[in-house]
Amino acid sequence: MKAFGYARAADPADAVARFRPGTMYLGGGTNLVDLMRLGVAEPEALVDVSRLPLSGIEPEGDGLRVGAAVRNSDLATHPLVRERYPMLARAVLAGASGQVRNMATVAGNLLQRTRCPYFQDVSKPCNKRRPGSGCPAIAGDHANLAVLGHSPACVATHPSDLAVALVALEARVHVTGPGGTRVVPMPGLHRLPGDEPQRDTVLEPGELVTAVTLPAPPPGASLYRKVRERASFAFALVSIAAVLDVAPGGTVAGCRIALGGVAHVPWRAERAERVLRGAPAGEEAFLRAAEAELEGAEPLPRNAYKVPLARNLIVRTLLELTP
Amino acid sequence: MIRIEGRDKVTGRATYAAEYPVKRLAYCYPVQAEIAHGRVAGIDTTTALAMPGVLTVLSCMEPPELSPEADPELALFQRREVAYRGQFVAAVVADSYDNARAAAGAVRVAYEPASHDVRLRADHPGLYKPEKVNPDLPTDTEKGQVAAGLAAAEVTVEATYTTPATHNNPMEPHATVALWSGAGDLTLFDASQGVTYARNIVAQALGLRPERVRVVSRHVGGGFGSKGTPRPNAVLAALAARAAGRPVKVALTRHQMYDVTGYRTPTIQRIRLGADAEGRITALEHEVAEQSSTLVEFAEQTASPTRIMYATPSLRTAHRLVRLDVATPSWMRAPGECPGMFALESAMDELAVAAGLDPVELRVRNDPDAEPASGLPFSSRNLVACLREGARRFGWQDRDPAPGARRDGRRLVGTGVASSTYPARRLPSQASASIENGGYVVRIAAADIGTGARTALTRIAATALDVDPDLVRIELGDSDLPHASLAGGSMGTASWGTAVTLACQDLLRDGKHGFADTTEILRTLPNLARHAFGAQFAEVRVDADTGEVRISRMLGVFAAGHIVDATLARSQFIGGMIMGIGMALMEQTVTDLEFGGFTNRDLAQYHVPVNADIERIDAVWLDEEDDELNPMGAKGIGEIGIVGTAAAVANAVYHATGRRIRDLPITPAKLLL
Ligand SMILES: Cc1cc2nc3c(=O)[nH]c(=O)nc-3n(C[C@H](O)[C@H](O)[C@H](O)COP(=O)(O)OP(=O)(O)OC[C@H]3O[C@@H](n4cnc5c(N)ncnc54)[C@H](O)[C@@H]3O)c2cc1C
Ligand code: SF4
Repeated sequence: MKAFGYARAADPADAVARFRPGTMYLGGGTNLVDLMRLGVAEPEALVDVSRLPLSGIEPEGDGLRVGAAVRNSDLATHPLVRERYPMLARAVLAGASGQVRNMATVAGNLLQRTRCPYFQDVSKPCNKRRPGSGCPAIAGDHANLAVLGHSPACVATHPSDLAVALVALEARVHVTGPGGTRVVPMPGLHRLPGDEPQRDTVLEPGELVTAVTLPAPPPGASLYRKVRERASFAFALVSIAAVLDVAPGGTVAGCRIALGGVAHVPWRAERAERVLRGAPAGEEAFLRAAEAELEGAEPLPRNAYKVPLARNLIVRTLLELTP
Repeated sequence: MIRIEGRDKVTGRATYAAEYPVKRLAYCYPVQAEIAHGRVAGIDTTTALAMPGVLTVLSCMEPPELSPEADPELALFQRREVAYRGQFVAAVVADSYDNARAAAGAVRVAYEPASHDVRLRADHPGLYKPEKVNPDLPTDTEKGQVAAGLAAAEVTVEATYTTPATHNNPMEPHATVALWSGAGDLTLFDASQGVTYARNIVAQALGLRPERVRVVSRHVGGGFGSKGTPRPNAVLAALAARAAGRPVKVALTRHQMYDVTGYRTPTIQRIRLGADAEGRITALEHEVAEQSSTLVEFAEQTASPTRIMYATPSLRTAHRLVRLDVATPSWMRAPGECPGMFALESAMDELAVAAGLDPVELRVRNDPDAEPASGLPFSSRNLVACLREGARRFGWQDRDPAPGARRDGRRLVGTGVASSTYPARRLPSQASASIENGGYVVRIAAADIGTGARTALTRIAATALDVDPDLVRIELGDSDLPHASLAGGSMGTASWGTAVTLACQDLLRDGKHGFADTTEILRTLPNLARHAFGAQFAEVRVDADTGEVRISRMLGVFAAGHIVDATLARSQFIGGMIMGIGMALMEQTVTDLEFGGFTNRDLAQYHVPVNADIERIDAVWLDEEDDELNPMGAKGIGEIGIVGTAAAVANAVYHATGRRIRDLPITPAKLLL
């Protein structure tokens, strides 16, 4: 690991003031420190933001305000989260392990980097790590990479479970940076790779995440489900966060679907949602919705399984949510 | 018995190789080849040498002195040719680990790459017939006419089964601390499964007489075969310490372990099976294609269990090997038996389905009177009893053989069975026993790699001496002790236990001191087929929507001679079965076809099973008396647990889903497409 400077920021303004090119913010370090050990991240300096006074979870109207430094474990077990957003609690608990969740922060989780094996191996090319060097995953080991929204430059997936739930809940990410403060909606924080796969999100250099706010829980029932070949401590092959509200007449009044493990972003299944709105809740409509969404899928030779998997997962999860 | 060193381990007092406190210790970090095949054109060490704390750099540009006899995987920096990605081409020695690592990153290596070939294929033109297969078995065997047997068969099965490369993942990473004395004697604190063997191999590599090398491994955090032979870290530490003129530690990272500590070869296995209308096998053929490196011929004995399992008038087994631009495969728990029995026991299940017979009954019907390939009588064989007892305990009799017939909500439920087997061998060992301070001290250069060998040997010695185990102390893990075989091939307890028992008996005769060497005894044993047997039963639940497979029940029933210690044995059996579940459902190291080496080289990406994958798992054993083994009447138990497990799971997946997955691991991807 390359030598680096370390400072603990006193407050968000201090953190931003300490930012220079080459500086990185340090949350729980469960992703960043690993990447530094691998030589993938080589910051000149770390500004530790894990102990900033950003670790509160407070009600905000019928919604919730979650500090950026809240640990994943605390988020998942908070009574208000469990009560209002059980899906979110389930998503967080489906991620990583108890030890990792005790360290990991909300901001760090959203901004964790892809698990593409080439990205993590500095002895090999990778457009995300070294722009312009190529994407060996396309012809190589992409069994767990993207089937939707990828580009010839990069087929990586975003690995977070939390982010998938937040996309379905339409969370808002509060950031402060050298250019002032702003609010980034989810979906919208993460970006598709296009020809700039080195940029995972729309954040600008030096922008610090300070909080995530959740609007009032959408009506209906919700569920998070994660598929993996090992039952615990494994990233998703495909995951789903779904909310379904069925009107008394049996038609879909509202619905939100987000998929994990399929794209460079936590994927909001808008096409499926459009098909469903006003449709009679049932297997036939759910299948039509899933297929509409996956029509745009472009699987690679070794990850074609993700298409039927995502389809089945959408249908089954919606069926389970149907009263 | 409760593990003797258990308290030391959980309180952190047990010292592992990397932890020995040594004064003036320096650290060495390797530089690894970034091509799969080719040649090192040049190495620029200028920057590295100028970095803080750097003491010296070793590289293939200035080959350090080693014996020409050195094993090619241990002949570090002797040639500029690169045989596989990840091979050590240079190394930096510095005053701290971080300085060594940083400087290793600054060593500039220029390569002349050559085209590489890292892919095992059944039709690879380079496949050839090795002289023999491990450990010293015939490459091919043939009895009767397979073609005729198949022609006469009422039902036949012909199928190809494949297993991927897999890696051992002991908790303790490989590490060595090397110290040279002023007189030129070498001491290695090494993570080793056998200190006598390690000493001999390291001495051979360095061109030293074995007496000048001492290897110490008092505690080892797992090995499964990967620490059975000295790995490059051992020789690197010795070379670095010699070059730096002070003690040196080499502690491998998990990534480096994937590159240089061996792996199980991938296999492609074709089985042809025929049976008459009653299910009696008329022909059995098992052909294997597997790989080794260009450096060393390592020929896994994958078809060897087929030579001993079932009665048949015609039986053919064959191994073919191709030498690729890959690291040399090595031992992984039950080498040979484990991948081979996946194929054979899957094929037996397919035969049972084709013949409309119960898979337990099919196996019982084909139980042989003598070892099928050799004709040798068995010292004992209780496979049928294991199958019957397992069927009774597992509730097999109520099984509806129709696939896809049982459901639990959205999950398909299925059960499967497979046989397991593992040879009961011994290797020569020595031991001494003496009375010291009112207690008994037994010395033997055995290894406790986490199996509980220290505890088992205490019990064996106490039995031989007829004293309380509290009065016995075992000293092991040091090559200065009486020479012993390694912890491998499930031979440890049998080999060491024989020497310990005889040394204790000698002590009882002498009154003060006892010694034994089993070399002669082992030479004159009657020629018999000695194997342990077992039966594995698995119940799986397969999610119909996602293809996720979880184990709801698993039972192993074993007949492995006398069980020396129930607590230790249970851990070995269950541990083996869990590792087999890993093989069945998730373990695979993915070969990087473009760059060579493997793409998944850490525990986040190479998955081994966790508690949540397995609801219930149990192992039981039959009392088996066998006087043709050793004074304890024991067969080895370290490996048989893994054998058969993957097939039992695959057969259960077939029963649950109607899908026969012949390519491990059985992932959602394979079940969904
Ligand atoms: C073995 C393993 C398995 C895992 N499995 C899963 C899984 O199944 N599902 C899952 O979702 N995750 C999983 N994870 C990932 C884990 O959730 C992330 O590592 C963790 O959430 C990152 O949080 P952190 O606080 O440690 O971030 P850090 O590692 O500290 O930082 C991550 C990134 O965020 C940036 N950052 C941190 N805080 C801020 C801030 N306030 N503002 C701006 N930038 C910031 C850092 O600069 C860095 O780029 C796994 C991790 C491991 C090691
Ligand atoms: S998929 Fe993206 S992250 Fe992976 S190698 Fe290609 S560019 Fe790099």
